[in-house]
Amino acid sequence: MGAIFVGLVAWFIISMIVQARPAFSTLGFSWIIQKTWDPTHNKYGLLPFILGTVETTAIAMVLALPIGLGTALALAYLVPHRVRQGLSSAVELLAAVPSVVYGLWGLIVLAPLFREDVEPFLTSILGWTGLFNGPNEGVGLLLAGIILFVMVLPTMVAISRDVLAVVPSEQVEGAMALGATRWQVLRKVVVPGARTGILGAFTLATGRALGETVAVALVIGNSPYIAHSVKSTASTLPALIVNNFGEATGTELSALFGAGLVLLLIGITVNAVARVLVRSTARSGAASAAVA
Amino acid sequence: MTTLTLDASTDPILERRRAIQDAAATSLGRRKISSKIAIGICWAFLAIAIVPLVAVIVYVVVKGLPAWNTDFFTQSTVPEGIPGGGVWNAIVGTAEIGFFATAVTVPIGLLCGLTLAESDGRIAAAVRFTADVMTGMPSITIGIFGYIAIVKTTGQYSGLAGAFAIGFIMLPVIMRAGETAIRGVPRDLSEAALALGARRATVARRVLVPAALPGITTGVLLAVARGLGETAPLLLTIFGNQYLQWNPTKPMEALPLVIYNNSSQPYANLLQIAWGAALLLMVVVLVLSVGSRVLAVFLQRERR
Repeated sequence: MGAIFVGLVAWFIISMIVQARPAFSTLGFSWIIQKTWDPTHNKYGLLPFILGTVETTAIAMVLALPIGLGTALALAYLVPHRVRQGLSSAVELLAAVPSVVYGLWGLIVLAPLFREDVEPFLTSILGWTGLFNGPNEGVGLLLAGIILFVMVLPTMVAISRDVLAVVPSEQVEGAMALGATRWQVLRKVVVPGARTGILGAFTLATGRALGETVAVALVIGNSPYIAHSVKSTASTLPALIVNNFGEATGTELSALFGAGLVLLLIGITVNAVARVLVRSTARSGAASAAVA
Repeated sequence: MTTLTLDASTDPILERRRAIQDAAATSLGRRKISSKIAIGICWAFLAIAIVPLVAVIVYVVVKGLPAWNTDFFTQSTVPEGIPGGGVWNAIVGTAEIGFFATAVTVPIGLLCGLTLAESDGRIAAAVRFTADVMTGMPSITIGIFGYIAIVKTTGQYSGLAGAFAIGFIMLPVIMRAGETAIRGVPRDLSEAALALGARRATVARRVLVPAALPGITTGVLLAVARGLGETAPLLLTIFGNQYLQWNPTKPMEALPLVIYNNSSQPYANLLQIAWGAALLLMVVVLVLSVGSRVLAVFLQRERR
């Protein structure tokens, strides 16, 4: 029976390669890292989109790692027992909210807020870094990164909480008996004990952020240029595909399949690493299955 | 040596112990303060995490509820500039796509899960790993696959192409959930049935699947909840259709598509319909997720 599934996966990967081949044969291999996407002049460089994907994901994960870990620690060890289960289930449910809903909220509610308040404020205190040059547009890399952060947070928290909670209580109690403070116990015993699982949760969340399509396409501004500031509009590989797929033909369509193939390879790599890491620690967690 | 020396000034071990105690005592104040600060930061992060997640839900409810009127549930979507309209065509599309995806995926997924639960070899491990990797695959790539496999082959965008893509996203989730649930059935049960002379297929059908039903139900409902919320694959496979279409071999509309397409529209009625559709989709997904847990508990209790 498993053969059906494996067959489907093989068909999936092979058909992507076959459909992307014309792009490679007409454009060579270097088109993937060229800077210009301009179908009217037969230029299909993917670099701006690869960078956009990496940059939005980086913004999201820089926020998600500390905040997700802090939240998971609070949920596993600090929140009173009575509300612990309820809060944890609520977090898992939030992972099920469809991404297009986050996109709608980001575009209608957050984008104006970013344009009028958040971006001017950040520019005034962080403008010296040079990261905040240019006009306040609301939509752009920063907003896309923040939306991704909100979206991947439940994944990050639910899995980290699971692996933090299974650190043997003997170790925790032992550290407490030796006179360690609460933070010392968390920092020196709990977090190191769950290190691999946390890394796995982080990698899984990274995979989600890299592959997210519609939420990002709605709030990033979709411009095919390399961003010069975090406020710039930009685009990502999934956004490129979804925005151009309807009208593309010939080499452009094949180039979009090529973009899909690049995304597929990134997806396989990131998820394979994540699974190896998560499996080596987490119990066969219900939560991990629920949010994966 | 008949007496134990307890003179701290000469015994090296006791001396060391006292040094450690002193160090711990002198650093206690500092450690307590840094602990307080760090724990405070954890609490602050919890608050930061909760605020946007609650804000999304509150916004969708507040903005979406006013859109819920009779027209919303009975009329089809309208093009730009025309007032009114609803999402009936999208409800039909989402329901049909969800139905076809589930109807095909559940039996295949459960049979795969059953096979995986009974095999521990290297091949089974590889299949399991492939399934885990596939659950995290960017959904747009699976949309492309749906386009290549169905739309290109049949020469037409269709609801079934969407169901194919959504089903392929659900399949690995159902496989793994089914496997986990079946593995959780006590060995004695299946061994007793085998000892009574039942065939393996009978054991699977009459013992394993019924006993694992709570877990299977949870897994299936969670997979459906996830599938119904997917947008990107549908954009490449069902195309969208502003008219009511029951025929799944034709282009269809779906709730996520309405949200996506209307969200960047300047017309107030279209935007309101987007919020209404977002609320509807969120309610369906949350009901499926919460319902799966409640049902699992209920089935478990009924058995006792």
